[in-house]
Amino acid sequence: MAISTSTSPDGAPAAAPPDGTGTGAERQRRRTLLHRLDLHGAPYAFVAPFFVVFAAFSFYPLIYTSWISLHRVELSTLNVMEWVGFDNYTALWEDDRFWNALLNTITIGVLSTVPQLMMALGLAHLLNYQLRGSTFFRVAALTPYATSVGAAALVFTMLFERDFGMINWMLSLVGIDNIDFENNKWAAQTAISTIVIWRWTGYNALLYLAAMQAIPRDRYEAAAIDGASRWQQFLKVTVPGIRATIVFTIVLSTIGATQLFGEPLIFGQGPNGITGGADNQYQTLGLLLYEEGWKNYQMGRAATVAWAMFLLLIVVFAVQQVVKRVLARRA
Amino acid sequence: MSRTRAVAAVSVVSALGLVVGCGSSDGGGTGGGKKDGKVTITMGLFGVMGFKETGLLDKYMKEHPDVVIKADVAGDEQTYYTALQTHLAAGSGLKDIQGIEIGRAKELSDTQQDKFVDLAGAAGTDHFLPWKQSQVTTEDKKVIGLGTDIGPMAVCYRKDLFEQAGLPTDRDEVAKLWEGDWSKYVDAGKKFKQKSKADKVAFMDSSSGLFNAMIYGDSQQFYDKQGELIYGTNPVVKNAWKLASEAATSDLTAKLRQFQPGWDPGLANSTFATTVCPAWMLAHISEKAGPANKGKWDVAKAPKGANWGGSFLGVMEKSPVKKEAQELVAWLTAPEQQAYLFEKIGNFPSSQKALEMPEVVDAKSDYFAGAPIGQIFGDAAKEIPDEQVLGRKDGTIKDIFSQGLTLIEAQNKTPDEAWKTTDKRIEKAAG
Repeated sequence: MAISTSTSPDGAPAAAPPDGTGTGAERQRRRTLLHRLDLHGAPYAFVAPFFVVFAAFSFYPLIYTSWISLHRVELSTLNVMEWVGFDNYTALWEDDRFWNALLNTITIGVLSTVPQLMMALGLAHLLNYQLRGSTFFRVAALTPYATSVGAAALVFTMLFERDFGMINWMLSLVGIDNIDFENNKWAAQTAISTIVIWRWTGYNALLYLAAMQAIPRDRYEAAAIDGASRWQQFLKVTVPGIRATIVFTIVLSTIGATQLFGEPLIFGQGPNGITGGADNQYQTLGLLLYEEGWKNYQMGRAATVAWAMFLLLIVVFAVQQVVKRVLARRA
Repeated sequence: MSRTRAVAAVSVVSALGLVVGCGSSDGGGTGGGKKDGKVTITMGLFGVMGFKETGLLDKYMKEHPDVVIKADVAGDEQTYYTALQTHLAAGSGLKDIQGIEIGRAKELSDTQQDKFVDLAGAAGTDHFLPWKQSQVTTEDKKVIGLGTDIGPMAVCYRKDLFEQAGLPTDRDEVAKLWEGDWSKYVDAGKKFKQKSKADKVAFMDSSSGLFNAMIYGDSQQFYDKQGELIYGTNPVVKNAWKLASEAATSDLTAKLRQFQPGWDPGLANSTFATTVCPAWMLAHISEKAGPANKGKWDVAKAPKGANWGGSFLGVMEKSPVKKEAQELVAWLTAPEQQAYLFEKIGNFPSSQKALEMPEVVDAKSDYFAGAPIGQIFGDAAKEIPDEQVLGRKDGTIKDIFSQGLTLIEAQNKTPDEAWKTTDKRIEKAAG
């Protein structure tokens, strides 16, 4: 609580100036008010920019999207809206494209997140050793993350090309026939996961590395004295030491995987990118949203997909919280 | 203390400023305008329409020193059209002149005609093919754009690969192989496949090219004149689907998608011997197949004349330089410029007058073994049906059909399964 200079310790108002004009008291009171505003108001003013921007660019669109999702409305005629209630939601529930996209989002998410975090952990462990030019390697680990999705996806698309791609060329050296990466469901999903893994492994590795550096050295020394090998040290000291960070990266990666969009879009290119392959074999929820909104121009249905994704994230988050709590209770 | 207050005040003001800044619109200007006696005209184009690439815009600016033209060219039409739709809906971000692809013409003239300037009766614009002009004419006779090119079709083929397979190489004899019927084209493919020594070379690039050629030879494709979807019962579509899927299941295609990854390297590395080619595709083939294949390609008459593609230029009602923009559009689509573009990059004129000009009639292509392309495409243009019914979602439906054919070609679905999927998708997209 603020200590005001204008109040005497017993709470009585400060004595008026001897001449008794009263203007001084008024000025004093105004100053007090400004002073209190300064102390109590300033913090709100400082955080205001974020919340104002949040309200304008996140909260308002969220509400507006939910309003649109209850209508039938086309992009070219946004002013003509026809109320349909929850029809869009029931239609989405019965649409096999939605379930297909949901399943693809999960499989591509798992295919990309699990190896990515494993590799990041290993990479962080290696970077944590005393090595020459460690700064170089740390920066190098971060470069893929700084590459734009578009550029990365385009290069990988060329590598995975069916007739003249480098990966099929290398496979042909060991006698494997050309794989049609785009048209084979699992090959396409693996190829897309590769792009994600390539981009995010270094980023996660640096997060792990930062956490690892906070683990006290003497724990390793104690473990070494007890005769623990490097591998045992990794399992028994490092991993428990950065558990909070691992949980954090899992949450981040899950959110990222749910919103997967750029990689598959560019991997397919043209109309096939938008629908996630001729057979929707790698259509994610993000792509389904895009297809409804920017190929079929049905904004109501696109908004419905957006809300379904939002609700899905909340469910995933709740499940994670429950799992965390159960695990904590067990421990 | 006064400093914190100042900071607080600044942050509140800037936060509000952000919101206000986003709320206020620019009133829907189009980027162009008049300033200091100079007129700036902005254009939104896509693909290779040729105006910028062949220096026509520079020429216009030289002849009109008080005009500055700024043209944005988007590579991909789908991306371009999405942005155009968004800009039309928002009423901002538009250019003074916007390109319109034929697959979008109906949707725009049905739903957005108020936003385009009526070009009916504009001076010096009575030279277009009647069916071209009718594609952008609304019910109350408003014309929302002027035609650039049309896409009469022929078959581009590789002479050297035909020779290896024991097929004739002379363009007249090749044309006789499939004269009058597309199914003879598929038969020729079967012969090619039997006798071809190079087993990695397919007869055609994709089944969707054949499908397009067949449906666009008729006046109605996916919609009827009343705007009802008829693709499911239209015999033209059914027959095209049947023949295209036959080609796909008989392994006659290289399983590529035109203008998608793999197609360009396929042209450069000769993985297929023929492709159904509208006039505007010649520029693409010669560029991507490269100088190494010069003279190996040739052009033969298609079994039946058809029109694939072609674009328009429209002027926005909101443009502050409407008059100047109209003049520019009229100039760019005038017979002389259309003939020039055909000579330069092969975009075939949509102007009747240009079709009679010697530059067009006598045009030959060096790259395609000296083929008389003016004659071949000119004859094909005469066979194009006089009336062409467009539908609102033509562009989208065409994409869905080519994906349906990919299901057969590359995903081993049966034609029936693929048709069912296609049917369902069209219902989602156009229903």
